Amino acid sequence: MGKNIGKKSTIKKLMPYIKKYMFYVVMSLIFAAVTVCLSLYIPRLTGNAVDLIIKEGFVNFDGILDILKNIAICSAVAALAQWFMNTCNNKITYGVVKDIRDAAFSKISKLPLKYIDTHPYGDTVSRVIADADQLADGLLMGFTQLFSGVITIVATVGFMISIDLGIAAVVVILTPISIFVAKFISGKTHDMFKLQSETRGVQTALIDEMIGNQKVVQAYGMEERVLDKFDEVNDRLAKYSLRAVFFSSLTNPSTRFVNNIIYAVIAILGAVLAIGGSITVGDLTCLLNYANQYTKPFNEISGVITELQNSFVCAGRIMELIDEEPVAKDKTDAVVLDSADGSVQFRDVSFSYVPERKLIQNLNLTVKPGQRIAIVGPTGCGKTTLINLLMRFYDVSDGQILVSGVPIKDMTRASLRKNFGMVLQDTWLKSGTIKENIAMGKPDATDDEIISAAKAAHAHSFIKRLPKGYDTQIGEDGGSLSQGQKQLLCITRVMLMEPPMLILDEATSSIDTRTEIRIQKAFDTLMEGRTSFIVAHRLSTICEADVILVMRDGNIIEQGNHKELMNNKGFYYNLYNSQYA
Amino acid sequence: MKQIWSYMKNYKKETVLAPLFKMLEACFELCVPLVIAYITDVGIVDGDKGFVVKMGLVLVALAAIGLTCSITAQYFSARAAVGVATKLRHNLFKHIESLSFTELDKIGTSTLITRMTSDVNQVQSGVNMFLRLFLRSPFIVFGAMIMAFAIDFKAALIFVVTIVLLLIVVFAIILYTIPMYKKVQAALDRVLGVTRENLTGARVIRAFGREKDEIEEYDSRTDKLVRLQVGVGRISALMNPVTLLMVNIATIILVWTGAVQVDNGSLTRGDVIALVSYMSQILVELVKLANLIVTLTKAVACGNRIEGVFNVTSSMELKDVLATDTGENVDSPYAIEFEHASLKYDGGAEESLSDVSFKVKRGETIGVIGGTGSGKSTLVQMIPRFYDVSSGAVKVFGRDVRDYNYKELRSKISIVLQKAILFKGTIKENILWGNEDATDAQIMEALEISQSKEFVEKKEEGIESPVEQGGKNLSGGQKQRLTIARAVIRKPDILILDDSSSALDFATDSKLRAAIKNMNGEKETTVVIVSQRASAIMHADKIVVLDDGMVAGIGTHDELLESNQVYKEIYMSQNSAN
Repeated sequence: MGKNIGKKSTIKKLMPYIKKYMFYVVMSLIFAAVTVCLSLYIPRLTGNAVDLIIKEGFVNFDGILDILKNIAICSAVAALAQWFMNTCNNKITYGVVKDIRDAAFSKISKLPLKYIDTHPYGDTVSRVIADADQLADGLLMGFTQLFSGVITIVATVGFMISIDLGIAAVVVILTPISIFVAKFISGKTHDMFKLQSETRGVQTALIDEMIGNQKVVQAYGMEERVLDKFDEVNDRLAKYSLRAVFFSSLTNPSTRFVNNIIYAVIAILGAVLAIGGSITVGDLTCLLNYANQYTKPFNEISGVITELQNSFVCAGRIMELIDEEPVAKDKTDAVVLDSADGSVQFRDVSFSYVPERKLIQNLNLTVKPGQRIAIVGPTGCGKTTLINLLMRFYDVSDGQILVSGVPIKDMTRASLRKNFGMVLQDTWLKSGTIKENIAMGKPDATDDEIISAAKAAHAHSFIKRLPKGYDTQIGEDGGSLSQGQKQLLCITRVMLMEPPMLILDEATSSIDTRTEIRIQKAFDTLMEGRTSFIVAHRLSTICEADVILVMRDGNIIEQGNHKELMNNKGFYYNLYNSQYA
Repeated sequence: MKQIWSYMKNYKKETVLAPLFKMLEACFELCVPLVIAYITDVGIVDGDKGFVVKMGLVLVALAAIGLTCSITAQYFSARAAVGVATKLRHNLFKHIESLSFTELDKIGTSTLITRMTSDVNQVQSGVNMFLRLFLRSPFIVFGAMIMAFAIDFKAALIFVVTIVLLLIVVFAIILYTIPMYKKVQAALDRVLGVTRENLTGARVIRAFGREKDEIEEYDSRTDKLVRLQVGVGRISALMNPVTLLMVNIATIILVWTGAVQVDNGSLTRGDVIALVSYMSQILVELVKLANLIVTLTKAVACGNRIEGVFNVTSSMELKDVLATDTGENVDSPYAIEFEHASLKYDGGAEESLSDVSFKVKRGETIGVIGGTGSGKSTLVQMIPRFYDVSSGAVKVFGRDVRDYNYKELRSKISIVLQKAILFKGTIKENILWGNEDATDAQIMEALEISQSKEFVEKKEEGIESPVEQGGKNLSGGQKQRLTIARAVIRKPDILILDDSSSALDFATDSKLRAAIKNMNGEKETTVVIVSQRASAIMHADKIVVLDDGMVAGIGTHDELLESNQVYKEIYMSQNSAN
């Protein structure tokens, strides 16, 4: 029952997307009806023509010629209608899927970071790509085969009735047998398919792990052992696959068998009737032809229904993504923060990712414009969280944060973020040219500006050495660049923006200390008069900070400059000494 | 596709029997119109109801035989398809394992995973379809033609012309659309790429306020995709209407010439009916064929992609050295020697390492330090021969690494890579990677050396504690220490730590170094430590300072501090706080 409701609501959600193409849907239906009726009418005409060929010397050539002319017209129109129908179906299907994909994608850009952080990327990607494709396949099949299938069945029955009511009745009564057979088999194969897909899942996980970490496998010479493990799963998969593939492939021959029996029955009945003279030989040919046409859609429809069910499951998965709650919209009266003065205040801020585990509690902090704030503390103490809150990637659970004296929840997110230049620990670059990546924060930057920013960030020399310099294409995730080079590019990106405030999250952790010093110098210039938040492990960076926040378990346990904190002989003092002991 | 094809050879019996039974089924199907012709020409004309029923039973018998043949064929084709896919996966996996790091870097993990999974699945359904139907359809088409010859030569000529024309149309459409489908696939790949990027880069994109631009870019990508899809769809949608039209025209001609021949007595009416129904059988089969072609085109594309991976061969020439030949030159006092070694990565514009020369004595501890991109990791990865020199030589125990049986070489060396990687299983299972035969006591010892004993013992299940895929349930520092434990448990002759303690605090790091130094007692372990921290390597017997792929200096800490500008700068930058 619940499954049915889910299916229904999925269809309901799909409707608005299909509505946009209503014109094409109607056209497709019309063309399908034309195609089917004409292609069913043609055998009838052929039958009539055959009736005019009786025996040697008894052939009505004039009649035949008329009929053949009609056949020619009908088949030309039918062919054209079929082509139009197919084209309409393509338009509908690919259009609907594109619209759904676009909707899903624009949802991704509005999702709370929490969703993105807690859902595996691969899963979301497969919803947008693979599931959407599956939906397209299902829709296309549905439109092309389901429509014309149903129309074929209705039309054939009509034609058969027009020839002989009795035989038509026999056919209609017998067909449920083949549906029953198909259902029986697919019921039996369901379990085997389940086993197959489960084993496939296990295998994919193993492949993901072992191929993804192939270097370690090779470093330990574990190739053979891993291969053995793989083969074990592979053989199991082979066993289940064989069963699933074989049993599922029985549906077609079995229904075909039933259909052939029906065909034989019609042949006998029809011939007997023809002997009795109640139908002509042409009628019999025609009936047999229809019997073939009539049973075919049943086979197809059983296939289409499985496909459709599958595609509804997939549609459900994308819809789930599209229906995901987006981040709360900016307030209608939200302020646009043009240029922040650099003051930041945390007032009684509390925050936790999961309600059961409190992280930041009653945090208070006042940062004056231009101050350099270093945040230190052990892993998991909430350093990164502080930045998540500052950039409003996450909203505080309690209390408020003020930038330039304005609560950040009262300003537009975009304008708040524009005032921060951010360099994160995990560098992210998009595929495109080096130049495009640098100009991300300032798309209208001139080449000169880009080059001077790169020089300031010490990235110019390595960029220059790349095959095409600033126009070098880099692949997804930075491709062949080293971690350090990627980070230099991220720094260049911020250099170019010249924002009033900076956030550096262990930004230089994979750059060697020598390069770091150079970057540091560049940053010093950049940081002049700019409020900066730096999360860093290196004490050398921290020592020069105006305020050091020592965090532990979500709280600021010490606050002050290096000298003060050393004199305190507290947590910071111990932390500092452990590094040079 | 040729290579994939050769996999079918392992299933000769199935590959022959499946289509054979399919053809048998088709033969019986082709008999049906003949039986019907008898019914009309003999049964109805003579008014013999008994004959009609007898012929009806013949039809039932034909159906039953058809079913048996068909099921047999399905079984063999399923076996062949699944068998081919299984073997293909096995060989592909094995092949990937044989690739060197250079190739792995070039192809990329995600590509390899798709090849192993969805591409192989597509090939499986392709083979299955191919065996079951692809031969059946042409067979019916040609069979119908031959039957037509049996009835009347002149009429059969109409079949010949029709079939030839149909073949031309079908192949023209296929050939025209294949490259278009490839473009569609490439466009889809791009859509996938942008989707992924926007998930991994959500923070950065939002920080720079680029959401709108990304949506626009995405829209233009999906637009392009739809244009391509509709374009190729329009062409392939021609297949059915064109066949329909051509077959109907053929039928018209058939009926007309049939009428003429019946009129002059050279054919019967039953013959004409049979000919017409053979023509409609051709139509039915061609429609099926058209649908199949789409599946097959996909399968062929996937097969080619898989083949692409097979065609990438390891750039390393592995010599067949007997395992018993340890390759060690016992007289050599050196554990590691670099002799003018240079390395240029595939596709790299410049050498990553140039003209590196130094020697490490057995039992020495050596530090490697240098800036980002200076070639530190490259340098140490050349010792276990993950990458080959482009010129010069790297020697281990007096023998060129290229002259070793590579298993033998790697069994002497343990390398802990920069990225700490653990596998799904238990802590114990992970550590046993280093040495399958290790006892629990040895495991504990390795844990102790790697400074992981404490946190492992804290866990309820100790060394039997589960490790999630990628070690997700452990912290960065814990993962690093376990990967070190995995490396030391095999008591290697050479231990390489490639910046693998970066997540440890200084105190733990120094304890770790001390423990490693003493781990083998009598047997001297040569240790190579790569680090960005001067403190991690300052006590080494020798320090190699790298700068931009070249050796900037070699010596002890004191010597280098005295004379080496690069080293001095690194050291001072880290201790300036003092």
